Amino acid sequence: MMDIYAPQVAKKAQAGQFIILRVDDDGERIPLTVAGFDRNNGTVKIIFQIVGATTSLLNTKNVGDCITDFVGPLGCPTRTDGLKKVCIIGGGVGCAIALPLAQKLHNAGAEVHSIIGFRNRDMVILEEEFKLCSDKLVVMTDDGSYGSKGFVTVELQKQISGGEKYDEVFAIGPLVMMRSVVAVTKPQDVPTTVSMNPIMIDGTGMCGGCRLTVGGKVKFACVDGPDFNGFEVDFDEAIARSSMYKDFEARAHNCNLYKGVT
Amino acid sequence: MGIEPKKYSMPVQQPSQRIHNFNEVALGYTEELAVAEARRCLNCKNMPCVNGCPVNISIPHFIAEIKQHNFEKAYSIIAEASSLPAICGRVCPQETQCESKCTLGIRFEPVAIGRLERFVADYHNSHNTQTVEPCVTNEKKVAVIGSGPSGLACAGELVKSGYDVTIFEALHRLGGVLVYGIPEFRLPKSIVDKEIQSLKNYGVKFERNTVVGKTVTVDELIENDFDAVFIGTGAGLPKFAGICGEGLNGVYSANEFLTRINLMKAYESDAKTPIMRAEKTVVIGGGNVAMDAARTALRLGAKSVSIVYRRSMDELPARREEVEHALEEGITFELLCAPVEIIGRDNFVSGLKVRKCKLGDPDEHGRLKPIEIENSEYVIDADCVIIAIGTSPNPLIRRTTLQISFSERGCIVVDEFGKTSKNGVYAGGDAVTGAATVILAMGAGKTAANAINKYLSNMNNL
Repeated sequence: MMDIYAPQVAKKAQAGQFIILRVDDDGERIPLTVAGFDRNNGTVKIIFQIVGATTSLLNTKNVGDCITDFVGPLGCPTRTDGLKKVCIIGGGVGCAIALPLAQKLHNAGAEVHSIIGFRNRDMVILEEEFKLCSDKLVVMTDDGSYGSKGFVTVELQKQISGGEKYDEVFAIGPLVMMRSVVAVTKPQDVPTTVSMNPIMIDGTGMCGGCRLTVGGKVKFACVDGPDFNGFEVDFDEAIARSSMYKDFEARAHNCNLYKGVT
Repeated sequence: MGIEPKKYSMPVQQPSQRIHNFNEVALGYTEELAVAEARRCLNCKNMPCVNGCPVNISIPHFIAEIKQHNFEKAYSIIAEASSLPAICGRVCPQETQCESKCTLGIRFEPVAIGRLERFVADYHNSHNTQTVEPCVTNEKKVAVIGSGPSGLACAGELVKSGYDVTIFEALHRLGGVLVYGIPEFRLPKSIVDKEIQSLKNYGVKFERNTVVGKTVTVDELIENDFDAVFIGTGAGLPKFAGICGEGLNGVYSANEFLTRINLMKAYESDAKTPIMRAEKTVVIGGGNVAMDAARTALRLGAKSVSIVYRRSMDELPARREEVEHALEEGITFELLCAPVEIIGRDNFVSGLKVRKCKLGDPDEHGRLKPIEIENSEYVIDADCVIIAIGTSPNPLIRRTTLQISFSERGCIVVDEFGKTSKNGVYAGGDAVTGAATVILAMGAGKTAANAINKYLSNMNNL
């Protein structure tokens, strides 16, 4: 987790938007969703998982260090108008993005139920923060080492079957999780927004690398999203596309598997 | 002495050598070659070539100076009309512009006006030691959105008239399409950097990483004491063909492919930005961008690269020289061929299914319409497909600046001077015309700069 001093971005950022950064002059551009902002201090909060060379390098930066580029806020803010009761589902690092949304809805007077899921006890983040802005909070772990055991969808199914009527469900996390959430909400016709975070370069609609199929049409996550109607997203395609540079990332990350391989 | 019937050819890197590097292909005329080529000019009184030039460079006059070895004088004649001669000399489609009107072309090959322009600009850049002084003398501030050809030209004109100009650029690097789109082997980035440095020396300020429409809106720029705004945001949104399989891994828009290479240097072995290194690449489209993508794919190490185009060689919209270079480099052309479907295996591209076409009657633009022939499908093996069928204007400003009128195609509507429907806001280049050429964008930037100058001068007199 980092707070980046970027007053122009902090001034405009809203829940659901993202930024693009480069750590150094030869670096790649990576998108990260805004996890919070402090308009007075001019900072933007980002949370990232180390998955490749860029996030590894970013992780070496200390308080007071600089990064080369930080641009945003990009994408459209999450739409929250008129929502009275919502269920917010965060998976892993996705919780960091779900939090500002939960706060925004809570502050707007909506009833917020949050279900946040992690692999195990050690991975749990932001529980206290969610507690403060949720009328109901359930923490789940895949292995049951903390909170309730199982995937977030188990709890969601329980709530919906138990008669909870949500105006909207927001799912933010791994693609597979969001697909599973939609599999629960779609049969019940509970409107569901998902936050897509595909491969991107410019973040301004220029490259089309972030394209998704939504409702049978090509959409760009950077300018049309990153939020989309979960019922319409082609998750299978998105999951396949997200693995395009897997080999490259493994090499860049200096995975033992690729050592000595040319 | 009779007239040499053919253009003096320009030295180039040999195809066998250049397909392994990203260095510039065309090396430019020597002084001797330039003077010899200049001597082919008939210096006609009616100067038809000037009408063929979108910015009306005084062509016979600058060529006359080359004949006399007055290269700096030649440069100053070009500079009266063009802000970016080193760039336009390289990327203009001269064969459909100035050179198509050349009288010599009636019997022989036309004068190589583009090569001469390039020679003069390069000569100036390597010999001119005159340092530029900041020339901001005016309190009036102008915001220029986008650092591509139209923005650079507009800013150049305005700063020379004394205005305090700031260019806003969304990316981390300045130059717009000149740096993310056009490859190094066709337009060395050092040339673009030189133009930008010269604007900096004049006193133009640059704000990178600022997405107008997101980080700041046009309205906010005006509220924050900019007296006028020029929008030169280009046409960057790639079009897709709408065929099955475009979501497969290994399918790129030409913009994405070229951006990864040109802007992010993904071809370097230690690059942080990944690119797929394909064996067999197919490019869909027939314009300059398609040629750029195909030739880039070759340089990335592809064993075979083909271009799929629905019409025939005669209708290819790319610059003639690029097509010739592509052919020399061994790129194959699958002409009269329409893409039908991208075929995949395990989520990755394995081929492109195409259908043969024949040419029918001319369409509304006078180009012969391709007609698909039933039951003529076949599959071209490929592990990478690049879609280069055009771009449309970026939607970010449209969505956040409601007082500006846009056409149905998303282009900004302006009058003949580049003025939009919002007071004090001007626009030009691809954002207005849809995808076009560097020279037209540059010309539009200059036109708008003149209009902005008038607008702000009148404001002074109120």
